[in-house]
Amino acid sequence: MSDVTNILVVGIGGQGVMTATEILAEAAIALGHDAKKTEVAGMAQRGGVVSSHLRFGKRVLSPQITPGTADVLLGFESAEAMRWQHMLKPGGITLMNSARLVPPVVELGLFDYPADPIGEVRKSGNKVVAFDATTIALDLGDIRLGNTVMLGAIADHLPFSADDLLACVLKRFQRKGEKLVELNRRAFAAGRAAVGEAAAIPA
Amino acid sequence: MAAVMPAPAASRHLLSGNEAVARAVWEAGVKVAAAYPGTPSTEMLEVISTYPDLYAEWSVNEKVSLEVAIGAAYAGSRAFCCMKHVGMNVASDALMTLTLTGVIGGLVIAIADDVGLSSSQNEQDSRYWGRFAHVPVFEPADSQEAYEMTLAAYELSEKFQVPVILRMTTRINHVKSLVTVGERVPHTGAGFRKEPGRFVMVPGNAGKRIPLMFQRDADLRAVAETSPLNFIEDGSDKRVGFIASGPAYMHVKESFPNAPVLKLGFSCPLPFAKCRELVAMVDQVVVVEEVEPLIETELKAQGLKVLGKEILPLQGELSPNVLKPAIAKLLGEPVPVLSPVVPLPVFPRPPTMCVACPHLGVYYTLSQVRNLNISGDIGCYTLGAGHPWNALDTCVSMGASMGVALGMDKGRGEADKDKRVVAVIGDSTFLHMGMQGLLDMVYNKGNVTVLLLDNRAVGMTGGQNNPGNGYGLHGEEAPRVDFAKLVAALGVREERIHVVNPYELPVLFKTIRDETKVPEVSVIITDQPCVLVKDYHKLKPYEVIDEQCTGCGNCIDVGCPAIHVTRRGKEVKPSGREVDLAFVRIETSVCTGCGLCVQPCGPKAIVHHVPTSPIQLVKGGCPA
Repeated sequence: MSDVTNILVVGIGGQGVMTATEILAEAAIALGHDAKKTEVAGMAQRGGVVSSHLRFGKRVLSPQITPGTADVLLGFESAEAMRWQHMLKPGGITLMNSARLVPPVVELGLFDYPADPIGEVRKSGNKVVAFDATTIALDLGDIRLGNTVMLGAIADHLPFSADDLLACVLKRFQRKGEKLVELNRRAFAAGRAAVGEAAAIPA
Repeated sequence: MAAVMPAPAASRHLLSGNEAVARAVWEAGVKVAAAYPGTPSTEMLEVISTYPDLYAEWSVNEKVSLEVAIGAAYAGSRAFCCMKHVGMNVASDALMTLTLTGVIGGLVIAIADDVGLSSSQNEQDSRYWGRFAHVPVFEPADSQEAYEMTLAAYELSEKFQVPVILRMTTRINHVKSLVTVGERVPHTGAGFRKEPGRFVMVPGNAGKRIPLMFQRDADLRAVAETSPLNFIEDGSDKRVGFIASGPAYMHVKESFPNAPVLKLGFSCPLPFAKCRELVAMVDQVVVVEEVEPLIETELKAQGLKVLGKEILPLQGELSPNVLKPAIAKLLGEPVPVLSPVVPLPVFPRPPTMCVACPHLGVYYTLSQVRNLNISGDIGCYTLGAGHPWNALDTCVSMGASMGVALGMDKGRGEADKDKRVVAVIGDSTFLHMGMQGLLDMVYNKGNVTVLLLDNRAVGMTGGQNNPGNGYGLHGEEAPRVDFAKLVAALGVREERIHVVNPYELPVLFKTIRDETKVPEVSVIITDQPCVLVKDYHKLKPYEVIDEQCTGCGNCIDVGCPAIHVTRRGKEVKPSGREVDLAFVRIETSVCTGCGLCVQPCGPKAIVHHVPTSPIQLVKGGCPA
């Protein structure tokens, strides 16, 4: 089913993973694709693992991405990007936030946080671009912009234009005033730039 | 999530299965819709409540919600009821007699099976209820089908005067896909007609209805044989044909695009002739269904040669990566390798309680009291079984904490002679099915300390309103239960009822310790709201003075996810014992100042955060 694009968005409950995937789905639909979006996130509000699957193309049947077939993995958190590497197709790309969210089980000393998640992802043979979306969002003045930074990061790795995605992102904020629209426009651009710059540096 | 209200007929929308059903319920002219929240069904009623021209309610439990829907259907109106799979266990008493009376207005019951247990205590196949209660079952495969089948279910329901089960799974309820919506057709009920032989199910009347029920089974099977919801798609690869229902159909089409498939949307009663037709077309047939072998078993009983759970799992979700290897093995082909990358080892990330959750104080305290056996219940507070508290020992079903605690008390073995039995239950769960258990406990003179955690919301499913918080489904004011008076009315003595603030640890500790020593039923009610509801008010955040932190780690034992370790160390005590140290910081940007962690901090290293200008956020947090 090569005419279907598979995007896997992963992170933690509360980070906005599902919203980001929904915006990607809206963009795909606006461009005339069929699309299905799914996740298992029953208790995700409580800080658990969230993986959101988006499949779009001429016709989408099964909503789940089969392991080894994801075109792009968008990781909102370092260890989470590492957790789902087996979902990528050979030659697939990981776009990941280098920031870490350490869960209580690690703080309690029951488990270790991986020392170098980016390195582990690279070792698995998949392409990886890492950037600090959290710091970018904070520098723009609001941690909640991280979601839009992440969408900017994936914008040049989709079978449609970055402007089409940007339009869907900004539509969400239209009713909330021009100031927020402008902030999100900047966050989107910053995410795009971060991936562009990081990708230019050879590994 | 909102109604696609302004959406004109024939427009297309990205809708979850839950949103699609809600739209269809509204279009079908339903007058009454009732439910109790439960993942993955909750959003159906939430979305229905945003549509006009119908009555919708959160009921106190699923049985009541079904009874409300039954009443409306008896009155001639169209009615809707939805629940998660375990909800039907509670509602089934009503269902099993409803099948004898039948309905006047159409009645559709949507049951959401949490296949794969994303947020449930068990995995069940609700299609059994169709067989058990002799009612038809529809199984949609995506949002568009969920929408269409809901509309078709109302037509069938009224034609045969029978309730129809719409069997959904998490992969239908929560998957978003495109749906073309239609127009609302108002439906006016005829009004209730007294007909005791039909609506008063005493033995003499009920006995006469049973043959009618079996006749209806036969009539419905004939309808299923020609229903457009059941169809065969031919294919060029005749080695294996598939009989599939629900989301499994999509996985079959994805995995084997050239195989002949019988798609069953109207799967109970089963259209045997249609199944025979498919069997005759191919070399062998595999039945693909989630989760139990219902279709498979019935076909085998008919003498049809089919395969199913011999080669497919009896548990969890099916998907192309389950189906492809199984069929390859069946055909003697090499099993495809799905991904060259083996999953990388990463720590587990179980769900946590929220920052400043009022349950944190309760579980921190329970973890500090010795010699307790703690019977738990279903809600956010089930998380108390996890780290760092490990302070919940059982979880069975809604309200079970009461009966289980009493049984633990009465059935205590020699080893538990000096143990105290504690039951922990939330406000909504208590009203759902816990009240009867407490009454039983009081009546039978149990020795149990009950912790009733009133956080004014159905927390786990997203903070829905209930009779405990004084708001109705639409956020309007509603009568609010007084829990102290309620438990007193059930017979708990006034001296044994305490209302405490769960953020005041010394008071909570003393109350629990004292009450567990009293050999009778006590009820300790905690009274602070869930941090996710509007009643909750944030306070000034805290921070850690690094130089004053001694690394004792007491604050970490509270379990708040805003507390992070900055560095670890070791210290040798005067006794010669080596202890681990963990120095901490507080993620000030998410701290809401509940003050729980301040209380066990010996060196007073946790103080109110003084913001510099502009507000300095700690980096490395979540990009939410």
